Amino acid sequence: MILLQLFLIFFKIGAFTFGGGYAMLPLIQEEVIAHGWLTGEEIVNFIAVSESTPGPFAVNISTYVGMETAGLAGAVAATLGVVLPSFIIILIVARIYDAFRKNRIVSGCMEGLKPAVVGLIGASVLSIAGAVFFGNGVSAGILASPEFLISLGIFAVMLILAFRKVHPILIIALSAAVGIGAGFIPGIGI
Amino acid sequence: MKNDRSALALFLTFLKIGAFTFGGGYAMIPLIQKETVESKKWISDDDILEIVAVAESTPGPIAVNAATFVGCRVRGVPGAIAATFGVVLPSFTIISLISLALREFESLRPVRCAFFGIRAGVLALLVKALVSMASKCRRGAIPVLIALGAFILAGLLGANVIPVLIGCAAVGLANSLITAKRRETK
Repeated sequence: MILLQLFLIFFKIGAFTFGGGYAMLPLIQEEVIAHGWLTGEEIVNFIAVSESTPGPFAVNISTYVGMETAGLAGAVAATLGVVLPSFIIILIVARIYDAFRKNRIVSGCMEGLKPAVVGLIGASVLSIAGAVFFGNGVSAGILASPEFLISLGIFAVMLILAFRKVHPILIIALSAAVGIGAGFIPGIGI
Repeated sequence: MKNDRSALALFLTFLKIGAFTFGGGYAMIPLIQKETVESKKWISDDDILEIVAVAESTPGPIAVNAATFVGCRVRGVPGAIAATFGVVLPSFTIISLISLALREFESLRPVRCAFFGIRAGVLALLVKALVSMASKCRRGAIPVLIALGAFILAGLLGANVIPVLIGCAAVGLANSLITAKRRETK
């Protein structure tokens, strides 16, 4: 039954994500955490793995969740599920392209969906920021704790580098190096 | 081999595209253009623009959309299957192998420290992606209100993603039909 569940959940994720890249993140977060397949922290870790390996994020994370949940058969079920909706829709659209493109209903819906995806990713980023900065729970004095200050420092520097078009893999490698270095600070709670 | 339009050629070309694009999404478009327009001449530059437009208005990852679309144009349904299978196979294989070790690997202290740093770096990458997506959105009060509405509903009030998407699509559709009607009556 787990195979069918993986297939159906990832089919739903594949069918409802418009736009590339991290457009899938909000729905993946919602479903994968609700089913207890990955924690919020594991999802953020996996984004780094996905950025450092080839292929689209959606395919990578469905393969990973499937593999973790039900082995190779699970990976096949989840990946097939995430790919199938776009496969079917594109097969149809490729034949009726001109009608599709000029369709007022399609373009009207897209005018609502594009900004909606931005807002939803904003919501995901907010919850991930909570996990990154307050992963150990919010307590008095957390804003002065070394873990919080190091995270904030890495975030600020990497944000500047990201806007200067430094390659994502380099940003991940630099962040990892700082994290490993921080591990040597006595008494740090990582 | 230039005009090889077989399913095998589609599979191999998209296998290469799938294996050499890190990060996915729009990062794949230049390589798809180079392979399918310049070297194989299966489709034209106009087709690439069409594919991007279609990929943006249909669900699913852009790489999968593009592979299915090109495969279908070149060789119908078997071509679509071959190209899509090719583009997915490299990430499927690599992630399956990584997943065998990732959990144990994550529990090592240096790796745990590395991921502590990486999570802050990933947050920066996500903020950058969010800003660049927002800057590609159409300007105006309605798109801003839709984005803010979706953010507040999902981020602050804990609404589910799919109903928010359907609601926003309906608002966008209603708005565009009203604007079109107004233009006609003028």
